[in-house]
Amino acid sequence: MMDILVAVLTACLILAGAGFALVAAIGLNRLPDIYTRMHAASKAGTVGSGLLLLAVGLHAGDLSIFARAIAGFFFFVLTAPISAHLLAMAAHKVGYRLSSHSTRDELKDYES
Amino acid sequence: MTAADVILSSAIWLAFVILGIAFLMTVWRVIKGPTLADRVVALDMLTGIVIGFIALIAIRTGFTLYIDIAISLGLVGFLATVAFARFILSDGDGGKAPKPDIARALLTPPPGPRRKQAGRRSAGSRPAVRRKAGK
Repeated sequence: MMDILVAVLTACLILAGAGFALVAAIGLNRLPDIYTRMHAASKAGTVGSGLLLLAVGLHAGDLSIFARAIAGFFFFVLTAPISAHLLAMAAHKVGYRLSSHSTRDELKDYES
Repeated sequence: MTAADVILSSAIWLAFVILGIAFLMTVWRVIKGPTLADRVVALDMLTGIVIGFIALIAIRTGFTLYIDIAISLGLVGFLATVAFARFILSDGDGGKAPKPDIARALLTPPPGPRRKQAGRRSAGSRPAVRRKAGK
């Protein structure tokens, strides 16, 4: 019984992670400019790979392996915003345009 | 094969298919992406999807050592993105210069050179010179 419970939980984590990765890929293709594409890739993509790592830790059923999976999850969650922020700042400073749908550019007020 | 194994293996196969679709869509953004920064974002996303693949293989084979490989791949991807951000900052042009659209170049057949030359030929010895240069 416990076996089936762990398997169902792991399967749910796997499918949720793969679904988040698919949503991120769809957003990467559908969104209009680089900043919104970055929003899709860095948030949904990170959660997708992080949930899959959690599924590995849960499936192993060992505390040390689960701790390593948690450490990897936190590592991804900590580094993805940093890299996305660096990329966005560099792109904005160099002069990449926002899409025509955007109404406000607050970073421009900050930089000037 | 118990019920738990059936549940797990079917979920893993479904996740492989979904991740494969996501991977192909992201590769399409790398090929298509009109600017350099779009391609960098898509490459960062590709790293995340490959980490997901590695996690799935870890569950399927039972080798939990793959977690360490996934963490180190995440570290490499993070450092690569930081380096690309510095590169955009130092060498980028804000996406103003016309970049070659690789997707369009791959998908459209090359125009027939003979017919175009015949249409363009007006007068003088210019076509002969061009044909010689082509050979």
